[in-house]
Amino acid sequence: MTNRTSEKSPFADWRSRTTVERLLGAIASEIKKIGSPVKIMEVCGTHTMTLHRFGLKPLLEEAGVEMISGPGCPVCITPDYYHEAIIDLITSQKNILVCTFGDMTRVPTRKGALQTVVPVEGSRIKIVYSPEEALDLARKNPEKQVIFFGAGFETTIPAIVYTVKKAHQEGLKNYSLFSALWLIPPALEAIINSKEIAIAGFIYPGHVSTIIGERAYSFVAEKYGLPGAIAGFEPADILLGILSVAKQIRKKQPEVANEYKRVVRPEGNPQALALMEEMLEKFDAVWRGLGVIPESGLKLKPVYANFDAIHRFGLKLLPERITKSTCRCGDVLKGLIKPEECPLFGRVCNPENPKGPCMVSYEGACLIEYKYSSGVKER
Amino acid sequence: MCLAVPGKVVSLEGDGTGKVDYLGSTILANFSLLQDIKVGDWVIVHAGFAISKLDQKEARRTLKLFRELEKLSPSE
Ligand code: SF4
Repeated sequence: MTNRTSEKSPFADWRSRTTVERLLGAIASEIKKIGSPVKIMEVCGTHTMTLHRFGLKPLLEEAGVEMISGPGCPVCITPDYYHEAIIDLITSQKNILVCTFGDMTRVPTRKGALQTVVPVEGSRIKIVYSPEEALDLARKNPEKQVIFFGAGFETTIPAIVYTVKKAHQEGLKNYSLFSALWLIPPALEAIINSKEIAIAGFIYPGHVSTIIGERAYSFVAEKYGLPGAIAGFEPADILLGILSVAKQIRKKQPEVANEYKRVVRPEGNPQALALMEEMLEKFDAVWRGLGVIPESGLKLKPVYANFDAIHRFGLKLLPERITKSTCRCGDVLKGLIKPEECPLFGRVCNPENPKGPCMVSYEGACLIEYKYSSGVKER
Repeated sequence: MCLAVPGKVVSLEGDGTGKVDYLGSTILANFSLLQDIKVGDWVIVHAGFAISKLDQKEARRTLKLFRELEKLSPSE
């Protein structure tokens, strides 16, 4: 549906060739004044998609801006031992119904992928579009234990915990959450602190920002002196964001610009934030490829422990299971290498036979690169 | 999962849900995370939940900026 650009389309203005050309011209002239090319990280996988789908990456490179993909794909950064824990459960316990988003089911692990493992009789895996579908299945199937296996950033977290709150209110005894909930700002700080790559600024994820607002990124400008802009997902949106970052670099005036004001309020979404605050607490979480990041994960508060699948089913999360794999998703997620620099990219690892989550998720940098770059399939 | 484009609210049910139209295809969305949603509003829907309402005034402001850009010569 996102492809339509009919006359009636309300997005046509944001895809207008003239506007895009003017914005690219303005960016190029800023970079010229800066004097050397810059690297800007787009944190969100949906931004990566826009950049590729509309062919903006090479045009930006001509203008002197190299876009680096960041860790903005929740499926990609969820460590594989989460999948292995849930695979262990459904291959050993009856009457479990695991609901999850589609791309989660294809992530390969040493125990297989959710979509290929064979659950024991009475248990199964179901793809849902919304966590509410999972809640509804729990209501309708009292004889089953329904688990929502949810990976998400701030954008998705309110929707997920909403279902737990409902289940709590309704006294449902057969609904629980296996949470893989991650926070973007701590990950940004980890990337900045790792100093592995010289990023001159950030394009902040538009829809994470609808929830957390502008202030959540203040530390990037204030503590680290790095520019950034919140941007939307149309070509002109993302270019407006990049132009703002380029201007901030030139003027040496880092700030948190909001170039997506039609959707992102400065304060974010207070209702969603209140719900998160009420139900969840932070913990030091492990991100695939990035390791432990302080206070970067969210889990249900102890009062809701009955709705926590880890607690209810005694799931074992075994970080020590991580072994060295040839998949370089970790380096891709940190922006250290481009997908095509992974030796497996293309012939060995592709959408039909993914070797890592970055080739699985629609927001994964490797899949996006594979789909939109010409020539790679011949590799 | 993430519909990057906004859809238009076409109906509201009593239970906090409603229908959102995406250029002809309709989906059911939960409006519990937003206040004062009306039929005709544009919203961003994510994983079945409306998470933000489009601010038409801000949208028009950006469009005005585009119009000004278009008046500039390509080299600027
Ligand atoms: S191309 Fe495949 S193996 Fe290489 S980093 Fe990406 S997902 Fe991993």
